[in-house]
Amino acid sequence: MSKTALIALIFVYLGILFLIAFFAEKNKGSKLVSHPVVYALSLAVYCSAWTYYGSVGMAAKSGVEFLTIYLGPIIAAPLWIVLLKKIIQLSKVYKVSSIADFISLRYGNSRSLGALVTLVCAASIIPYISLQLKAISETFEIVSTSSLGIEGSSVITDSTFYIALILAIFASFFGTLALDASKHRTGVMFSIAVESVLKLSFFLIVGVYVTYFVFDGTSDIYKQAKLGLDLNELSTIKGLSGGINWYFSVALSFLAIFLLPRQFQASVVEFTNRKQLKTSIWFFPLYLLLFNVFVIFIAWGGMLILGDQSKADYFTLLIPLYFEEYWLAILVFLGGLSAVISMVVVSTVALSTMLSNNLIIPYGFIKNLTQSKSFKNEKTIKNIRRLCVFSSIILAYLLYALFDPKVSLFSIGLISFLIIAQLAPSFFIGMFWNRGSALGSKVGIILGMLIVGFTYLLPFITENVLSQNSFAEQGLYGIDLLKPYALFGVDLLNPVNHALYWSLLLNTGAYLVLSVVKKGNYRERNYGEMFVNSEKVVELKENAYVWKGEAYVEDIQNILIRFLGEAKAKKALNVFRKRYQVNPEEKLADARFINFSERLLTGAVGSASAKILISNVAKEKPVSLVEVLKILEENKETISVNKSLEEQSQKLIKLTSDLKSANEELKLQDQLKDDFLDTVAHELKTPITSIKASSEVLTEDDDMPFELRQKFLNNIIQDTERLNALINDILDLEKMASGRDELNITSEALNTCIQDAIDGISSIAERKHIEVNFENKTQIEAEFDYSKMLQVFTNLLSNSLKFVSENEGRIEVLLEENSEEITIKIRDNGKGIPEGDFDLIFKKFYQSKNQTFKKPVGSGFGLAICKQIVQMHCGEIYADPGLETGAEFIVKLPKRKL
Amino acid sequence: MKKILLVDDEPNIIMALEYTLRKNDYEVFIARDGEEAIALAEKLLPDLVILDIMMPKVDGYEVLQHLREHNALKASTQTVIISAKQKESDVQKALNLGAKAYIKKPFSMKKLLNTVSELLNHKP
Repeated sequence: MSKTALIALIFVYLGILFLIAFFAEKNKGSKLVSHPVVYALSLAVYCSAWTYYGSVGMAAKSGVEFLTIYLGPIIAAPLWIVLLKKIIQLSKVYKVSSIADFISLRYGNSRSLGALVTLVCAASIIPYISLQLKAISETFEIVSTSSLGIEGSSVITDSTFYIALILAIFASFFGTLALDASKHRTGVMFSIAVESVLKLSFFLIVGVYVTYFVFDGTSDIYKQAKLGLDLNELSTIKGLSGGINWYFSVALSFLAIFLLPRQFQASVVEFTNRKQLKTSIWFFPLYLLLFNVFVIFIAWGGMLILGDQSKADYFTLLIPLYFEEYWLAILVFLGGLSAVISMVVVSTVALSTMLSNNLIIPYGFIKNLTQSKSFKNEKTIKNIRRLCVFSSIILAYLLYALFDPKVSLFSIGLISFLIIAQLAPSFFIGMFWNRGSALGSKVGIILGMLIVGFTYLLPFITENVLSQNSFAEQGLYGIDLLKPYALFGVDLLNPVNHALYWSLLLNTGAYLVLSVVKKGNYRERNYGEMFVNSEKVVELKENAYVWKGEAYVEDIQNILIRFLGEAKAKKALNVFRKRYQVNPEEKLADARFINFSERLLTGAVGSASAKILISNVAKEKPVSLVEVLKILEENKETISVNKSLEEQSQKLIKLTSDLKSANEELKLQDQLKDDFLDTVAHELKTPITSIKASSEVLTEDDDMPFELRQKFLNNIIQDTERLNALINDILDLEKMASGRDELNITSEALNTCIQDAIDGISSIAERKHIEVNFENKTQIEAEFDYSKMLQVFTNLLSNSLKFVSENEGRIEVLLEENSEEITIKIRDNGKGIPEGDFDLIFKKFYQSKNQTFKKPVGSGFGLAICKQIVQMHCGEIYADPGLETGAEFIVKLPKRKL
Repeated sequence: MKKILLVDDEPNIIMALEYTLRKNDYEVFIARDGEEAIALAEKLLPDLVILDIMMPKVDGYEVLQHLREHNALKASTQTVIISAKQKESDVQKALNLGAKAYIKKPFSMKKLLNTVSELLNHKP
């Protein structure tokens, strides 16, 4: 492909990314844009061109060592998420917009520390961006074969320069859209997520191509590699020193996943909700694993085909080109471009925020800003940021122009990791140790940087730029102990890990010792306390009265207006006053207001500048650590009060639901009562109808034969008796229910009582050919009311009689006892009890719809009367719900004396 | 002679009704539940059914439904309900199912006889 065509392609591709970013910015709330996977994918900004090209190169040269860079994040994913949660909580509360903000805030909002961290970040990022540009430029040269179009090596004609320029414009425009740096950059992050998908897909495509199309699968490559390459060298962890190196490399990448400014930007600043973490915990490691599946095969394949290690970084391009698969090479190129763009954009956005908020504004512009008008301020700040993005990319380009083309991607990437790792002690220890001080942090970082400079950068430059090996080989002034790669004789480690070991050792040592020896000022200690107890701080928010002094609302209001603009400042003030119900007439600002304003300003100008701005108008008095602890303690009390309130409200909710269900119960009772009255009315009317009809017949017909007359009269008597029995039943139940009935307890044989009941119903059972079985063997004596229990058994038996079918019906009665109680079971093979009716059947007025024939008198009370009687005996009665056919009623009577 | 099918599960009520209807020159048949009623009705094709509602197995409503769906019975047989069910909704339900009259229990024998003879004389 010609250079011009390739450049056109790059433009189209960037244009599409612009459109995607625009689309996402417009559709902020949409499901797609705010999906947690987008966040997880944006974390994959970790995989830059270094991953995309460099890991193949590394695999070709040093074997499986390339894995360490991905194993760190993968192994540490669970721990990473836990730590990240704390970092995010703190960052959201304090509107932290970068890692420099985070660290400087922890050490009492130290302006100089923020600036130092910013410089460290810049030192880490800029070479890293150069590395990306180097990758782009070299791959561009590889893919563009024709010499048509622009040619040459001056800046004006170098295509890399233009690519850098386009990137700079893209990043500076989208990354700095909002003034508040702690706000989300939805458009950029969404396009990053899209690019993450693209780069992975293209990489997998080329991996599949090499493994399955060029070769015959993984085992084929392995077999060929076994013959053609020194596999032992490439697939093992080379002994003890190799193992230690692995350990350090994994640790390095673990630190990088937290500390790289682009990772902090993607994972903390752009974080919006918890779901994102839940998704990332499995999605991100999976992504990294997928990215590494084919690396080793591409590397081996490349060496087998091309036989040359020197261009191993670009095997992914060279293999397709070797087989003249141009389209594939272009896809790979675009994937690499995606990796570059996402890394460059996020890194520069993060860096520009730090540069402007932690370096330029607090050290240079703060005076100008406090004097000029608000809308101008907003513009100035944005312009500062844009300029930072722009200049950092351009600076990276210049650095790139200096690089020796022989330097591999991997070694430059490691410089970046090494530098950023110097923030680790201040960052991690500071979150869990409240003693850590700004002085310790600053000295530690500087010392660490110096060691890195001496043990890695200096020899790196002398070797690669000046092409002199004497320094690296003989040490400073020829002193053996000062050999940069084997300081004090430690020569077990490779240069990177060696540098990491010494720099972190001294860095951490200085940090710890100085923090212990010299106590930090009150601000440092207060913030230390708050960072360590982050869970409490999250609850505190504006309630943290960690400020004492004198300030006027009006002064602070003016600052807010100047930096946020009139409308935004007024809106924020209204929110504040409403939330805390503060009197608008109040002239003196309280701690809540100071905190609130400082946080608002932090978003706009960073924490260091915000502190300066506020302290210009407020006379602050030192707050003692005791006071801070008291606040945290008080807050704990508030939380516990809140908790008890919550409990109370839970109780109320429960009470309400109890009342509701009681109401339901009453309604049901009412319904049952209505039904019962209907039934009673029906039952009463049936004998009355009969009596009335018979009487009418008798009065109308004088010449009726005597026998027939007698029969009608008998019917009338019978129905009258039936009426009487029914009324007695109703009264019985009522008497028992209201507790006016007393038991007549005697000591009798329970088995006799049951037998009597069976005898009582036997005539009906015989008529209907229903079998009733009871093994009346054992004599069981008990104390009970004989007639009442007889009534219970009779009722239960008649019930069973009602529900079994004629001729086939069978009723079993069982009587058992143990030391505690006597159990009577009455089981039948009838229709059974409808599901859901097991409790209802014992209620008054219940009538089943399953009856096979007309119930005898008084039905609707049978079981209710039984339950009353058994309960009066302190026993229990229930139906066994576990049966498949038929019904079983169980009566249990206690053995103790009543 | 007009054929009347008497359906009720209360023997004493049936006895009084049967006696009175016979005396008034109707041919009377008796069923003690819904199932029996349907079988008998299909066999006899009576001119009138006097039907109780609350009966075991198959209740009066179901019998009504069946009478309405049976071709021959639909044309020839009328139904009078005698029931202790008092609610207006029960009455309406029975009338909707094709009952010609609804007489609440306890009924007056005279009124029942009047309704029966009226229905049978006006029959087309």
